[in-house]
Amino acid sequence: MRRDIFQAIADPTRRAIITLIALQAMTPNAISDNFHTTRQSVSKHLRILTECELVKQEQQGREIYYSLQIQKMKEIDKWLDQFRKIWETRFNQLDKVLSTIKKQKK
Amino acid sequence: MKNDLLFDFTVDKSTKKVFVNREFDADLSLVWDAFTKQEILDQWWAPKPWESKTKFMNFEVGGRRFYAMVSPEGQERWSIQKYTSISPKTNFKYLNAFADKDENPELPGSDWDFNFSEQNARPADPFGRGTTKVSITIYNESLERMEKLIEMGFQGGFTMTLNYLEDLLTALSQK
Repeated sequence: MRRDIFQAIADPTRRAIITLIALQAMTPNAISDNFHTTRQSVSKHLRILTECELVKQEQQGREIYYSLQIQKMKEIDKWLDQFRKIWETRFNQLDKVLSTIKKQKK
Repeated sequence: MKNDLLFDFTVDKSTKKVFVNREFDADLSLVWDAFTKQEILDQWWAPKPWESKTKFMNFEVGGRRFYAMVSPEGQERWSIQKYTSISPKTNFKYLNAFADKDENPELPGSDWDFNFSEQNARPADPFGRGTTKVSITIYNESLERMEKLIEMGFQGGFTMTLNYLEDLLTALSQK
């Protein structure tokens, strides 16, 4: 199964996890404390986020800490920007068409 | 040409909606025509160097527009837009689906909702004509379909706007 960043952010719990660990690296237990779901469910989301390479795990002593890979988040931005560009181009073309029609009417 | 016209583009991933707002320096009836008449639509709908080629367009409820985006190499990407609601000079809606050249749609498609409103002439410019604001909402069942729109070959710039990331994080943190 293909894992990508859009799958990572497609779920509200995963988005909430991303927001939490954007501020600081956290252990799975500390992350779980912020949710009403089970720890297994949070672990499952963390596994998907890791597979999407959006979070990274780091062992510190006996604990594993999860932190956000900010660089990876930029992929979303890059992708959306292309979509935005299409609309920008399209509308700039429409501006020209409108201005031509207005001139013809005069 | 005025260059202070509104343009914004936002994506709400939780509702799978894309919002596009744009203001045009023309009156309402002209802007409406530009979105609803085949001969004008084909002049601007495809981002260059692509061309928009409409095979037929029946702008009425239940009617369809069958058109292709044609690449500079002549490759055709067909789509069908089926009009589901029309309120003249105010709003229209269609269901958009990619299709093959024989008009067979690839479902599910996306729901498009276009709203038009006249913006008053600016008080500082009593002789100026009003502008028209167009607000578009696109609902996609999956983000992958939006991704496909891009894979269709439009090569946008790769300018990164970090602002979006900040906005996204702010929006998420407010939940």
